Amino acid sequence: MTDDRFVHLERVGVTFGTGKTRTEALTPTDLAIKRGDFVALVGPSGCGKSTILKLISELLKPSTGNIFFGGRELGAKPLRVGMAFQSASLLPWMTVRDNVMLPLKIVPPFKKDYRAERHRAFRDRADALLAQVGLEDFADKSPWQLSGGMMQRANLCRALIHDPDLLLLDEPFGALDQFTREELWQTLQDLWIDRGSTVILVTHDLREAAYLANRICVMSPRPGRIVEDRAVDFVRPRAIDITFEPEFARLVQDLRRLIVGAPKPPKADAA
Amino acid sequence: MTPAMRKFASAALIVGVFVFWELFCLVAGISELILPRPTRILAAFWEYAPAIWPHAWQTLYTTLVGFVCGVAIGLSLGVLIGSSRLAYDTAYPLLVGISSIPKVAVVPIFVLWFGAGTVPAILTAMIICIFPIVVNVATGIATVEPELEDVMRSLKASKWEILWNVGLPRSMPYFFASLKVAITLSFVGSVIAETVASNKGVGNMMMIASSSFNVPLVFSGLMVLAVMGVSLYALFSLIERRMAGWAMRKSN
Ligand SMILES: Nc1ncnc2c1ncn2[C@@H]1O[C@H](COP(=O)(O)OP(=O)(O)OP(=O)(O)O)[C@@H](O)[C@H]1O
Ligand SMILES: [Mg+2]
Repeated sequence: MTDDRFVHLERVGVTFGTGKTRTEALTPTDLAIKRGDFVALVGPSGCGKSTILKLISELLKPSTGNIFFGGRELGAKPLRVGMAFQSASLLPWMTVRDNVMLPLKIVPPFKKDYRAERHRAFRDRADALLAQVGLEDFADKSPWQLSGGMMQRANLCRALIHDPDLLLLDEPFGALDQFTREELWQTLQDLWIDRGSTVILVTHDLREAAYLANRICVMSPRPGRIVEDRAVDFVRPRAIDITFEPEFARLVQDLRRLIVGAPKPPKADAA
Repeated sequence: MTPAMRKFASAALIVGVFVFWELFCLVAGISELILPRPTRILAAFWEYAPAIWPHAWQTLYTTLVGFVCGVAIGLSLGVLIGSSRLAYDTAYPLLVGISSIPKVAVVPIFVLWFGAGTVPAILTAMIICIFPIVVNVATGIATVEPELEDVMRSLKASKWEILWNVGLPRSMPYFFASLKVAITLSFVGSVIAETVASNKGVGNMMMIASSSFNVPLVFSGLMVLAVMGVSLYALFSLIERRMAGWAMRKSN
């Protein structure tokens, strides 16, 4: 039997600080993600969603438990991770294009061609991505000349450029208007169908989760754990119109109830 | 105020100071032995120019050699200290301590070791400019936003790649800001060393001129130093704006 778990968190917990400043960010949690899956992680603010992404990208070591990566057998090529951070974190001394090209400079196998290709193929690749998110006119600008939403879009491009096996997105559309956001949902869906990478998307927007994901994990308030794991099986490719269907609305409503209702029983009961 | 007006105002102020100086000396009848008029200083400069040049070159040479060595040492130490948490915590207090010692006090020691002449001047110029550079570069690297480092770490970048792509560029504004201070300090260092223990250089020339009461020549020496200092400062401001303009967040 083959193990189809691409990323596997086993009883993983995270505590920050010690003594008085001790914060439990994540109670021991299990989570297994299949290769090629599109998982959305939703939950109230501060419940540990970003923490889970940081664990998976190995920026953070778990305080307890283990994380396994399937498909990383001995001698296999290392896992390519693309991560879009909640704060766009573009390097202010580089142009937007150079920021987007940064992973090509660091990640094998692109790394070795970087110097030679920099002004040709890699540049075109960055420009194509930037055009896809509507930033073609801003490639040569500095990050601080962009609006918050534009920075997020550039951030998304940087996460995608090196064709990652595993794409970690932390509220990538948070600062965007409804229409741009829906447009990028479609862009992201197309990319995912195209490339078949595994995606973990953290979001506050339940419609976004329902529209994009194959699977939605709902987390409890801090210290977080996963309280609901739900499959979403609208057919692909999904059109924006599905967001107006009753089935979609019901799913969003269910999720909402799980998050808002989870912390404590409704107030009416207390009276 | 528009930028053009601001430039004009500061130029007018500089000219105004010299005009006031000139008039003040004339009206109050101040002796040339106390404070010569600017026109007298210029005249003295013109008169003694052939004699001043070699000294000016000597001072410029010792300053720049000391400065370049100081920058090389300061930059490497700064990178070393800034990129290691342990080194930063351990060495920073020592560094701040050393940097608060008046560096001119070491001139006699250098003279003791190397004899009077060019070497103590170069060494003083070097040692005096190392510390601001080290402290600035170390601070620039050590205060890199963790978010920027996370971007690199999520790409599995090596420590070296993080330093090269994030730490160093991030510290450049600090580095260039410290260069402006450092070049000025280097001048102070070399002139003081020349004054104390050398037979060449503008500092030495001013010493000799003042002992023979050639006050206009003393002031000419001062003028030469001022011109060299201001030019180098301007040069490094220009380089700073070129290399680290992103930190100033001005669109143009
Ligand atoms: N570096 C840190 N030091 C101490 N506590 C931290 C640190 N990072 C996060 N925490 C704590 O861990 C908890 C989870 O943080 P996390 O960033 O994962 O939340 P989140 O679910 O992403 O929230 P949001 O939706 O607001 O982004 C928070 O309560 C926070 O206080
Ligand atoms: Mg978060």
